[in-house]
Amino acid sequence: MSRRISPVIPGFGLTLGYTLVYLSLIVLIPLGAMFVHASQLTWEQFWNIVSAPRVLAALKLSFGTAFLAAIINGLIGTLLAWVLVRYTFPGRKIIDAMIDLPFALPTAVAGIALTALYAPSGWVGQFATDLGFKIAYTPLGITLALTFVTLPFVVRTVQPVLADIPREVEEAAACLGAKPLQVFRHVLMPALLPAWLTGFALAFARGVGEYGSVIFIAGNMPMKTEILPLLIMVKLDQYDYTGATAIGVLMLVVSFILLLLINLLQRRIETP
Amino acid sequence: MSASAIGAAASANAARRGSATARRILIGLGWLIFALFLLLPLVIVVSQGLKMGVGTFFEAIFEADALSALKLTLIAVAISVPLNLVFGVSAAWCVSKYDFRGKSILVTLIDLPFSVSPVIAGLVYVLMFGAQGFFGPWLQDHDIQIVFALPGIVLATIFVTVPFVARELIPLMQEQGTQEEEAARLLGANGWQMFWHVTLPNIKWGLIYGVVLCTARAMGEFGAVSVVSGHIRGVTNTLPLHVEILYNEYNHVAAFSVASLLLILALFILLLKQWSENRINRLRHSAAEE
Amino acid sequence: MSIRRYALAALASAVFAGSAIAKDYELLNVSYDPTRELYQQYNAEFIKHWQQANPSDKVKIQQSHGGSGKQARAVIDGLRADVVTLALAGDIDEVAKLGKTLPENWQTRLPDASTPYTSTIVFLVRKGNPKGIKDWGDLIKKDVSVITPNPKTSGGARWNFLAAWAYGLKAGGSEAKAQEYVKELFKHVPVLDTGARGSTITFVNNGQGDVLLAWENEAFLALKEDGGNDKFEIVVPSLSILAEPPVAVVDKNAEKKGNEKIAEEYLKYLYSPVGQKIAADNFYRPRDEKVAAQYVNQFPKLDLVTIDKDFGGWKTAQPKFFNDGGVFDQIYSAQ
Repeated sequence: MSRRISPVIPGFGLTLGYTLVYLSLIVLIPLGAMFVHASQLTWEQFWNIVSAPRVLAALKLSFGTAFLAAIINGLIGTLLAWVLVRYTFPGRKIIDAMIDLPFALPTAVAGIALTALYAPSGWVGQFATDLGFKIAYTPLGITLALTFVTLPFVVRTVQPVLADIPREVEEAAACLGAKPLQVFRHVLMPALLPAWLTGFALAFARGVGEYGSVIFIAGNMPMKTEILPLLIMVKLDQYDYTGATAIGVLMLVVSFILLLLINLLQRRIETP
Repeated sequence: MSASAIGAAASANAARRGSATARRILIGLGWLIFALFLLLPLVIVVSQGLKMGVGTFFEAIFEADALSALKLTLIAVAISVPLNLVFGVSAAWCVSKYDFRGKSILVTLIDLPFSVSPVIAGLVYVLMFGAQGFFGPWLQDHDIQIVFALPGIVLATIFVTVPFVARELIPLMQEQGTQEEEAARLLGANGWQMFWHVTLPNIKWGLIYGVVLCTARAMGEFGAVSVVSGHIRGVTNTLPLHVEILYNEYNHVAAFSVASLLLILALFILLLKQWSENRINRLRHSAAEE
Repeated sequence: MSIRRYALAALASAVFAGSAIAKDYELLNVSYDPTRELYQQYNAEFIKHWQQANPSDKVKIQQSHGGSGKQARAVIDGLRADVVTLALAGDIDEVAKLGKTLPENWQTRLPDASTPYTSTIVFLVRKGNPKGIKDWGDLIKKDVSVITPNPKTSGGARWNFLAAWAYGLKAGGSEAKAQEYVKELFKHVPVLDTGARGSTITFVNNGQGDVLLAWENEAFLALKEDGGNDKFEIVVPSLSILAEPPVAVVDKNAEKKGNEKIAEEYLKYLYSPVGQKIAADNFYRPRDEKVAAQYVNQFPKLDLVTIDKDFGGWKTAQPKFFNDGGVFDQIYSAQ
């Protein structure tokens, strides 16, 4: 399909203008307000806030668990997408419909449900206790909660692309003697990579910022299981607005760079 | 059919047969993941809600505060989704039909609310409209309340759901290209006619899909709304906040009952989504066959 | 306030209001986590009381609950509370300082430093007290795990922390020893919830920990919940802190809504025998001695330190212990 500059189609000014105005009012100006608020700080003060040991620990935890959850989703998401696209089996439609459940389910509900499930006295948690480890109130619990919340991203980005790769391509490769793993590496991987990366990045970015589902299960111990968004809340509750906005700015800049990189990377892969 | 073709077909069949075990394992794994990650949380919500019987379940749902929370949630959705719908179409239009400098950045900006922590989304509105915020004094003088009232809740909801419709439409419209629209123009249609009669029918199902996701997310938003709500019982509590309150009131069963209500709404929305998606696929298929 | 003075005040307000025209009131009480049940009951009673004097008025009282600090921040940021009933005076001080919606001397406007009821910090343990917890010293024994909320976000947790500190100070004899004690104590804490209620849920519903440091009223409430008496018991330590949750009218907001009179009456009625009884029924220690005498069996006597005498008030304690870089941060960053 061609995507060319089309002087014939009207509405460029109108739509671009509206898009920019709306985005500015709803997203950009409010976010700008945060930057303005944080700009009351000098660089040194800003640095002191974001390099405090407790903030660094939360930073590591938030990005670490979100990364891990995105990786897990990268694997099981691809698997789910594969199963849903390539096979027909009983219950396929149900699974397909319910993949989006974590989007639709309020994060607070997810939080209390997962805590009820993974707390040491919960349905799943008690088995873990028998085996001698804990799920809720540890980074493992946070990772699980994030995996749940971001599950749809990879599935939903990989699924349509996978559906567009004709089966014959794989079969042809198989006929030519390729082993399944080789087919996967040389045929499917390159085609799926851009979509997979998008899904991964969205899951990762969403995971870093997730709040509602995590605070119930996290344990919220400073230096250990305290996530960045909670730290913002903690700072706010101490009337430390500048401290809160400083961490907010940090998170925002990191997410923006991340998304931008992914968008660029995707373009590069799509148009070699 | 030539001999080599027959041979190829045979080996393809063998490959298929060989993958039957793999297929079974994969499907099994799929089911397992689904059961563990999606079904189990669902089951626990409903079973906890029904722990004390159906009577208490409905009592919790039809309690006055729960109903007013439901009303508030629906109002917030009814305002924010249409606004994001118009935005989504407009954004998808300019991104997919034209090439211009800075497009990458624009697309990234549209995606940005996905990755902004809900807590920050709430915070920025407090910084703007709170009593100590930039517009705080002016709003106070004119007796206008934005945060801790409906407008703030709506704004926060819009913020977190901005990308959904646009995200859904951009790839669809890019794929469809611009030929049909160009043809319509050449045949003398004006801009609106072209949009109504050519573009809209083409993107209809994608649009519904986006709206459905947007609605689902708007209904369930917790973090951002929690920051700007003020938690006034029966007034500024949305349904997800009401769940948290009940949970904090030792009212475990009622909390999970109302959570079940949200879950049922969510499932209903997913059904709608599935339906629209099936329509998209059918359209794609018929388009492919043409 | 004596009953007679109270009755006079009520009479006066009745006479005044009697001549006024009927009004619709919508009063917003912004409070902290554990007071939900208390104010639900009190609001109904207060509306009755108000309508006795002003039969044609319509009164609606709205409640908002959450962590004390979070609630104070919401009021500072523009939540239009007519009255605030928070966990500690420090939070209302911030509303006065940053929000400028009530005078800084707010605490002198009502009797007993504006705290109509008090509470203290006790231990809630599992039935039979399997770990044999008697006093603060037992909390740092091996394999005892302690549940308390985060003092940074929860008012109740700050009282917990200061009570523990007071014990450490008394047992060890120096601030250094006290710090050692609380540091050791927090090593035994596996979950720090953001609010007092969150911690109770973690302890009661999710089965975490051997002992919950809780508001006395919160502990009683946990016993009252279905089956609570069979699952938990309260342990009263040798020493604790007098927790004083204060109340105040937020003048600017009440003025704007024309609620000054009713807001003031709302808080004053808390000091009446009726209000005091409701507080006691909800396990808050009443200030009124006559009412307290009726509930003497409910509230055990114990040694109590106070925030003003032993810690120099919240204006000193807050920065020293809980602000960034304070004692609480030190014990965590040193781990």
